[in-house]
Amino acid sequence: MKKVMMGNHALSYGAMLSRAQVISAYPITPQTQVVELLSEMCSDGTLNAQFIKVESEHSAMASCIGASVAGARTFTATSSQGLALMHEMLHWAGGGRHPIVMGNVNRSMAPGWSIWADQNDSLSQRDTGWMQFYCASNQEVVDTVIQAFKVAEALMIPAMVILDAFALSHTYEVVDVPDQGLVDKYLPPFKPAIKLTPADPRAFGGLTGAEHYMELRYKLETDMEKAPALIEETGREFGKIFGRDLGLVDPYRCDDADFIFVTSGTAGFTARVAVDELRKSGVKAGNLRIKVFRPFPFERVREVLGKVKKAAVVDRNCSYGAGGIFYQEVKSAIYGRPGMPPLIGYIAGLGGRDITTDSFKEIAADAMAKDRAEEEIVWIGVKK
Amino acid sequence: MSQEVKKEKKFTMTLPADELMACGHLACQGCGATLAMRYMLKALGKQTVLCIPACCWAVIDGPYPYSSMDVPIYHCAFETAASTATGVKAGLEMTGDAETTVVAWAGDGGTFDIGIQALSGAAERNEDIIYVCYDNEAYMNTGIQRSSATPYGAWTTTTPVKHFKNRPKKDIVAIMAAHRIPYIATASISHPEDFFKKMKKAKDIKGTRFFHVYAPCPTGWKSRPDDTIKLARMAVQNGYFPLLEIENGEKTTLNLKLKDRKPVDDYLRLQGRFRHLGPEQIAVIQAEIDARWERLTKGCVA
Repeated sequence: MKKVMMGNHALSYGAMLSRAQVISAYPITPQTQVVELLSEMCSDGTLNAQFIKVESEHSAMASCIGASVAGARTFTATSSQGLALMHEMLHWAGGGRHPIVMGNVNRSMAPGWSIWADQNDSLSQRDTGWMQFYCASNQEVVDTVIQAFKVAEALMIPAMVILDAFALSHTYEVVDVPDQGLVDKYLPPFKPAIKLTPADPRAFGGLTGAEHYMELRYKLETDMEKAPALIEETGREFGKIFGRDLGLVDPYRCDDADFIFVTSGTAGFTARVAVDELRKSGVKAGNLRIKVFRPFPFERVREVLGKVKKAAVVDRNCSYGAGGIFYQEVKSAIYGRPGMPPLIGYIAGLGGRDITTDSFKEIAADAMAKDRAEEEIVWIGVKK
Repeated sequence: MSQEVKKEKKFTMTLPADELMACGHLACQGCGATLAMRYMLKALGKQTVLCIPACCWAVIDGPYPYSSMDVPIYHCAFETAASTATGVKAGLEMTGDAETTVVAWAGDGGTFDIGIQALSGAAERNEDIIYVCYDNEAYMNTGIQRSSATPYGAWTTTTPVKHFKNRPKKDIVAIMAAHRIPYIATASISHPEDFFKKMKKAKDIKGTRFFHVYAPCPTGWKSRPDDTIKLARMAVQNGYFPLLEIENGEKTTLNLKLKDRKPVDDYLRLQGRFRHLGPEQIAVIQAEIDARWERLTKGCVA
C-alpha cells in the first residue's frame, strides 16, 4: 500500500509494523509527530502497545530499558536536547544490552536555541554502544526501523534510526508501506534468552569488579563487529521480500568516478544533483552516502575510496578542536592503506543552514584545486 | 539443647518463616536497610521484581555474578528507580505477566533528591508499582554526605559540626500525599508486624504505593550496631518517625497513638552525629517534632 507521509510518521509506521509493545516518550520539536501518531495508534487499537507518557527523556529511556529487560519490544523517539538528557541512559541501554530502537531527529544543540538540522546531537552519542543508521528518505526510515529491530534483537544491541530535522522529518514523500504479514515473517516476536522474571531470579547490572567488567565490554565490541555483516545479510533478506535492499553504504555513480562527495543523511541526495551536473560539465563525480555510522562500515568505505582519485567528506557536524566527525572516521578507515586518495574535510549546514547543489559545486571546485589533504577544515557558506 | 528447642516452640510466629534474602550479603553490621528488605519480601513473596538504583542496596545484594536474593533485581541508574520500575511493569504486562509485583527500592538520596522527578512523574501517572524509600538520612553508600532527608542538626561529612545542617528534613510523605496516590505508609524496622501488615495491604492495591521506611545506619549515625532496632523504636515512640497511613492523599491515620510521647534527647544522645548539639538546638528539634505531631493527630498530611 502506498501512502504519502512525513518522515516523522514514517518512524511511527516503522514502530507499528514492528509491533512495538512498549513505547515511552516525551515531546520535543521536531520529533513530536512521531509519538503523537503512535499514541493515537495505541489508543485506537491499531497497535497493541502500552504508551508511557513520561515526564522527561531521561525517564523515557529508563522506562524503555525496564520494559526491554522484562522482555518487551520497545521503541522511543527524541531529538537534540532530549537525546543529550538521555545520555546516561544510552550508556545503560548499550552496556546493559537492551535492544531498544529509537528514532532521533537530528536537531542542533543549544545554545542558541535552534530547532533545525545538524548531526551533533546523535554523533555526540557515538560511544554509548548504540548502532546508528542515518536515513535519507521516508521509505528508508520505515524500512530501517523494521530492520533495526531485527539486527538489534539478534545482537542485543540498541539502535538509533536518524533523520534530518525538517528536511526529512517534516517532508512528505510517497512511502510503500510494507505488508504487515510479510513484516511479521521478516521480524518474528522478541524472545530474549534471559529476562527479568521471578521464574528465573537474576541480578542485572550489579557491582562488577575489574575481574569481569572488561570481558563484558569486550563482548559488546565483538558483537558490534558482527553487525556490519548482519546488517547486509538482513538488508538483502529485506530486499528479497520487499524489493528494497538495505545496506551499510549507498554509492552513486562511484564506479568510474575520479572525485566523490562522502555524505550522510539527506545532504547525499542534494549531492547527487550536483554529481549529475558536474558530470555534464565533464567532471567524473560520484557520491558515497554512508548510512551506518556505528558500526562504522570501514570495509565498504575503503572499497569505494580505493577506486577514486580524490574525496571530499562533507560533515553536517563539528567535533570542536578536531573538525568533522565523518571526516575523522573516513580518514581512520584508510589509514596506512596504499592506493587511497587524498581526503579533504568540509563542514556545512550547521543549525539548519541549507546545503544546496551550489554548496557541493563550491566544495568540488575547492577540492579539485588542492592536490593533497590539508589539515585545515574548510567551512562552506560561513560568514567570516 | 532440648530445652532451647522447647522454648522456641512457645513462640508464635507473626511473620512467615520463608526468607527470600540469604546470608552472605554485603551490608554493614546493624544495617537497618537489610532488615527492611527482609520484612518487605516476607510480605510480597517470590512473585516480585526489584528495581534498585545507586544506594547501599546497589552493593548489599552482592557483586556480579552473585546475588543474595531469591527475587530478580534490575540495578538501575541513580535517578531512575520509579521510571525503570514503570517500564518493567509495562514490559511484564505486555508479555503476559500481570501478576508480578514491581518494586522500586531506593535510598533517601535516590528518592528525596535525585530521583524525585521520576518518582513524581510515576506517582502523577499512578503507575502500578510499589515505591519503597529506605531512609538512613544521608548518602551513606558514598560515605555519609547530607541529603535533603538529613535532619536538622546532624553532622555528615559535608555538614561538619561547625556547619551542621540547619534546614529541616524534607517532608517526603506530604509531597507524595499531594500526588493523591492510593496508598502511602510509613514503616519502621522496629515494628515488623506493622510493616508486614501494611505491605500485604499495599500488595493488593492497584496504582502507585509509597513506603517511607525508617532504617538506622550505625556507620553513618555513629551509633552502636546493636542499637539499630532500639533507635528505630525510640524514633517511633518519641514521634520523630510516626507510623501512619494516608489513603488517596486525603487523611492521615496514625497507626500507633502515643499517650506519653518521650522527649527526643535520649534518641539523639545515642548517636554520634548529634553529639555537638546543645540544649538550644535540641529544643528546636523537639519543637519541630511536637508541631508535626500536633498536625498529624488532627489528620493533616503534613
